[in-house]
Amino acid sequence: MNLAQIFTDLVFFSFAAILVGSALMTIISRNPVRSALFLVLAFFAATGLWILLEVEFLGLILILVYVGAVMTLFLFVVMTLNIDVEEQRSSFVRYLPFAIVIVAMLVILMVYVISPGHLNPSELTTTGGQPVNYSNTTELGMVLYTDYAYPFELAGILLLVAIIAAISLTFHGKGNNKTQNPDQQILIRREDRIRMVKMQGDKK
Amino acid sequence: MISLSAYLILSAIVFGLGLAGIVINRKNVIILLMCVELLLLAVNTNFVAFSHYFHDIAGQVFVFFILTVAAAEAAIGLAILIVLFRGRKTIDVDKLNTLKG
Repeated sequence: MNLAQIFTDLVFFSFAAILVGSALMTIISRNPVRSALFLVLAFFAATGLWILLEVEFLGLILILVYVGAVMTLFLFVVMTLNIDVEEQRSSFVRYLPFAIVIVAMLVILMVYVISPGHLNPSELTTTGGQPVNYSNTTELGMVLYTDYAYPFELAGILLLVAIIAAISLTFHGKGNNKTQNPDQQILIRREDRIRMVKMQGDKK
Repeated sequence: MISLSAYLILSAIVFGLGLAGIVINRKNVIILLMCVELLLLAVNTNFVAFSHYFHDIAGQVFVFFILTVAAAEAAIGLAILIVLFRGRKTIDVDKLNTLKG
């Protein structure tokens, strides 16, 4: 085991520990704001792992899209809604044993299936690293705009539909907004607004 | 080197944590949505790991589309949540039982 492998292991296990720890804190944290911030930390750790897997473009997209857009939206909504935090946790203890049992069984099952003894090791050789001029973005773009051009367009349409749906769901209507009324504004005359008052000057 | 199983086990653990979060956080829909994001992160990590170890870029394309759909899902989910809170003044899952027969 040379130094590079030790370094890779160190990076992997530290990011994995951060990911698992922050995921745990996300689900058990008492405050929704704190839980959103721990989810941001989880996304950063996952980005580290993805870049370790030589998936640089998607790792950066994960930060840009999730941390930059989605989690900002989450934080915005959490702070907008003004929820009573103390009252939130009454069901926490009630479902805890149930959750632990179900999830432990599920995770043990999955880990058993994907443990190294059950996966075919001959197919799963790791790369010795990509060449120096390898560009993950180029590789992804080459297939994205050729083989997957049609799904790519559909994804764009899906985002458009999501924009329209989100705006039309949350749009109040014109009723209680303080908007300008341009045709009334240009019809205004000086005499309606200004009244000239003659005042006597102060007499010393 | 790190084996594929290490990545798969890690994402299985994160998936389990996300599922546990859905089960234990029955009071707050926002945390439920965050747990769905955790589940998607675990699945995406699986895709990325398989893509790397099988030398197939198709897995990364899938992750790309999953990220797109997840962003749309989060936007619409939070919009529904805002409308729900505006109408009911609560986002407690147990109190949202109007449709129960």
